Amino acid sequence: MRPVAVVGIGKTAFGALPDRDLRSLAVEAGQNALENAHAKTSQVEAFYLGNFAGPSFVGQNHLAPYVAAGMGITGIPATRFEAACASSGAAFFHAVSAVGAGIYDVVLVTGVEKMTSQSTPRVAEILAGAGDLCGEVRAGATFPALFAMIARRHMYQYGTTREHLAAVAVKNHQNGAKNPLAHMRKVITMEQALNGKLIAEPLTVYDCSLVSDGAAAVLIAPLDRASEFTDKPARVLGIAQTSDNVALDEKEDITTFRAVRTSAEKAYKMEGLKPADIQFAEVHDCFTIAEIVAIEDLGFVEKGQGGPYTLAGRTCLQGERPINTSGGLKSKGHPVGATGVGQICDVVQQLRGEAGERQVQRHTIGLAQNLGGSGATSVVTILGAV
Amino acid sequence: MSDLGAGTVYTETVVWSPPEAYVNDVPYQLAIVQLESGRRITGRIAGDRAQIGDRVIFAEFRNQVPFFRKA
Repeated sequence: MRPVAVVGIGKTAFGALPDRDLRSLAVEAGQNALENAHAKTSQVEAFYLGNFAGPSFVGQNHLAPYVAAGMGITGIPATRFEAACASSGAAFFHAVSAVGAGIYDVVLVTGVEKMTSQSTPRVAEILAGAGDLCGEVRAGATFPALFAMIARRHMYQYGTTREHLAAVAVKNHQNGAKNPLAHMRKVITMEQALNGKLIAEPLTVYDCSLVSDGAAAVLIAPLDRASEFTDKPARVLGIAQTSDNVALDEKEDITTFRAVRTSAEKAYKMEGLKPADIQFAEVHDCFTIAEIVAIEDLGFVEKGQGGPYTLAGRTCLQGERPINTSGGLKSKGHPVGATGVGQICDVVQQLRGEAGERQVQRHTIGLAQNLGGSGATSVVTILGAV
Repeated sequence: MSDLGAGTVYTETVVWSPPEAYVNDVPYQLAIVQLESGRRITGRIAGDRAQIGDRVIFAEFRNQVPFFRKA
């Protein structure tokens, strides 16, 4: 594969945005990415859109040409990718693969979700469509319930505690409070996190990511053309997407995401990198337990040590390996289809040294991990400053 | 549908924020049960709450959902 770089990034604010529709969010993010790369719409050779459930949330189908045309882009391949909460991670993976293979040079990848126009039970039901409708969902599982069952088993096998989970939420809110584009820009205390309203035991409202509207976009190009667009390209050092069973009860061990492990192994291998080489990461904290499992499966800590490592402050902004400096899905927000590309934008921002008061000290190699469902899709991307 | 027999609770949760279809059931206990036949199945626990490792016995199917009770 020829070297590929991210040459432009663009996001909208994440949040409950009642005045904004899906297309206007996606168009704004795409235009921001093009502007960031000093690129024209006429240079875009293909459009990849990540979106989980636009047809259910807002009723609109045929989304990719609809969004592209909203930006004045027609006459190119425009395709939507759906892989639950890893929809735009998957779109990014396939876009990088196509540019890497030499099929296109300049590709725009956007992720978008418009969620807040539906009631909470309806949102839960739409999201549950990423689970096994004939088994776990029929029995009454929601995504909080599935991750609650993962948390219970992780606690049972490894001694993980409620405090460990709460430490993830407290840390991510500290970071998100400093992110101008975050959905919930407020600090929370350990006390609050431990005593939130129960959603699915042992998870409280503070263990769950937010239901948000928002969009994010990146422009990618071959590394040897990157200087046409930016003096701060971020090279894709490794990227992989892998799959696993959808139903939780079909997984041998629910305290680990097998797809995260396999996608991480493949991504590390591409440039001979190791977990120790990763200086900072954006990981998929759809629930606090998911961040703990992710940092274990990515190889940052031994299995079962994710909770103690977090509680000890090792993943905070000043820690040895900052995790979710954006605030994560927990505080930044989780417009599901936008999340994967949003993570890429956040990693690139750090690599460029443009993260303001959230800037990490070591910022030459970062990682993004995007999870679909309860682990049936994983996309791991490693990016490096050039 | 068949009798699922006995099993042990592999993991469980009590759901307080339900999907639209089950708003009248809350709170309810959901569990993945490791059946003695070898496979795992997701179902509900009726009656007393069960914890990981507890032995449970299949009670009935309601709308195709298996319900178990603590042994």
